[in-house]
Amino acid sequence: MDSFLTLIQVLDSTVRLATPLLLACLAGLYSERAGIFDIGLEGKMLMAAFFSAAVAAVTGSVWLGLLAGIAASLVLSALHGLASITFRGNQLISGVAINFLAAGLTVLIAQDWFQQGGRTPSLFAGGRFEPITFPFSEALSGVPIIGPIYSELLSGHSILVYVAFLMVPATWWVLFRTRFGLRLRAVGENPAAVDTAGVSVVGLRYAAVAICGVLCGIAGAYLATGLQAGFVKDMTAGRGFIALAALIFAKWRPWHAMWACLLFGLLQAVALRFQNIDLGGVVIPVQAMDALPYILTVVILAGFVGKAIPPKAGGEPYVKER
Amino acid sequence: MDKMPKWADVILIPLISLILAAILSTLVILAIGENPVEAVNLMVTGALGSTYGWGYTLYYATNFMFTGLAVAVAFHARLFNIGGEGQAMLGGLGVAMVCLYVPWPHWSIALLAAMAAAMLFGAAWAAIPAYLQAKRGSHIVITTIMFNFIAAALLNYMLVNVMRPAGSQDPATARFPEAVHLPTLHEILAPIGINFSKAAPANISLIVALLACVVVWALIWRTRLGYEIRAYGHSETGAVYAGISPVRITIVAMLISGALAGLMAINNVMGEAERLVMNSTEGAGFIGIAVALMGRSHPFGVFLAAILFGFLYQGGAELALWTSIPRELIVVIQALVILFTGALDNMVRMPLEKLFLALRKEAN
Repeated sequence: MDSFLTLIQVLDSTVRLATPLLLACLAGLYSERAGIFDIGLEGKMLMAAFFSAAVAAVTGSVWLGLLAGIAASLVLSALHGLASITFRGNQLISGVAINFLAAGLTVLIAQDWFQQGGRTPSLFAGGRFEPITFPFSEALSGVPIIGPIYSELLSGHSILVYVAFLMVPATWWVLFRTRFGLRLRAVGENPAAVDTAGVSVVGLRYAAVAICGVLCGIAGAYLATGLQAGFVKDMTAGRGFIALAALIFAKWRPWHAMWACLLFGLLQAVALRFQNIDLGGVVIPVQAMDALPYILTVVILAGFVGKAIPPKAGGEPYVKER
Repeated sequence: MDKMPKWADVILIPLISLILAAILSTLVILAIGENPVEAVNLMVTGALGSTYGWGYTLYYATNFMFTGLAVAVAFHARLFNIGGEGQAMLGGLGVAMVCLYVPWPHWSIALLAAMAAAMLFGAAWAAIPAYLQAKRGSHIVITTIMFNFIAAALLNYMLVNVMRPAGSQDPATARFPEAVHLPTLHEILAPIGINFSKAAPANISLIVALLACVVVWALIWRTRLGYEIRAYGHSETGAVYAGISPVRITIVAMLISGALAGLMAINNVMGEAERLVMNSTEGAGFIGIAVALMGRSHPFGVFLAAILFGFLYQGGAELALWTSIPRELIVVIQALVILFTGALDNMVRMPLEKLFLALRKEAN
């Protein structure tokens, strides 16, 4: 029973840790499916994390914080769109610039506004997303097996966790069951064909980049106002890149993205809880758990275990006439 | 026919981009309620006003020359090596092993061995992404990013579990023996009567970095391999018709790139810290991207850009010391430089091209 409870606790923190990964991963999914590579997920999340925490700390309203986070992330998305769609610049370089811009600006503004060494004040009730308790979770918690699963694992997360997981079917539906989704995927595979059909390539790509911004904004807000209580310098800690890894791992598909993020979330949860794992003589160091998402991604990219093929027009700026 | 004269491409565009970045940086300083003129004054006196300041500026510039050259060589083959950070970390590991586990009689031999180890380790870390790009088509940007994180985890493991001296809490290696101490600029310049600051970390690696600039220039523009790298970067199909193997060029260019990034370790690990610590690279691998973009991938441009970033780094540290402006201002400036010289290049280029075309029409 004891080990079952431990398992539930690890899975519970897996869900929490997978949430920002999943939101960022889906964000990247929209962008890359439309042919815009985005290695600036990290920066957008970081920017959103800071502005959501800052506004929540000042106004006391977590919802205003969420809006501010989304807005900040959208500004960086617009910059990425400007560089990679309008001016047909290098999308990867633009992503790198956005990551550094966010890393620098967040600390700079945080220091100017709060004078706390690049962090925001800690958030209290109202400034954070509170856990939502499902009905009867108290009453059911005594029931063996199902009780803990219901009251610990499924209930008791903040609303953004449920939003993130609902985004998975929503994304699947938008991409594979709507006209917009079909066009969005087409613009990532063969923009010339979309252009010939009289649909605006630029418009579609901006739309995709904007959706990416909104989702990154929610991811960042969750980090600073849900998972933790306030912003600290560099708090995304590579999550944007793990999300990118998950996206490749999932081969740019929504349901697979969810499983990939849960897997990487599980790795983080295990690394947090156990440090070095002793498997009867063989000790797996915690660093191996840290590196595993990246190693798995390289293996997948190498194509030895099912090849990951990105959208065909990914990274290529679209030029109307040649 | 070229749309623009060469000097506009080489000098005017980077200059305008730089001015745009500077204007935005000024606005940022104004926005956080500081005086930009005072800030620039502080930076100039702090970074260039004393031999101590120069010593730090040149120390940082040495790092950036190596990583900038690394990114530049890969750029010539149209490969974007974001993995300079990881390759430099591994270079540090190689340098630490050479310095700690071999008893060297004199620093000069130790330096040669450390250079070999740094280049070998850096190149090895670039080899796998290079191979995967060349043979399996895995995108080199993604694999090199992943390898940065894997390198950080590996280094963390080596420092905490393997190389940390017994009884020490600090995740770092033991201090290197006195015999491998590299001469600093103070020690080099004292015999010729120049009194250079004793506390500044600039060392003989600077000369190695300058030599590396010359060697890379010769390699890219004066050898058959360099020609093949440039041809491949210009047009892959053209290169294939000319009998150049894409697999070979991709791998060789990345190995050179990784070796250059790794070579940075003789400066920061052997020359300055004299032991291997966590996060010894301090993001220099990424600054290499900004340096290469600004220097237009030309070794001389890289040299100038590295000095500029060295100045920004040391100046930024002084700013953080004397004002309430945090060091992250430099990160913002770096981001703006990458943005304008890299991603928004066309924003500057397109109006200029139009201008030059219009001027030429009038002249005819």
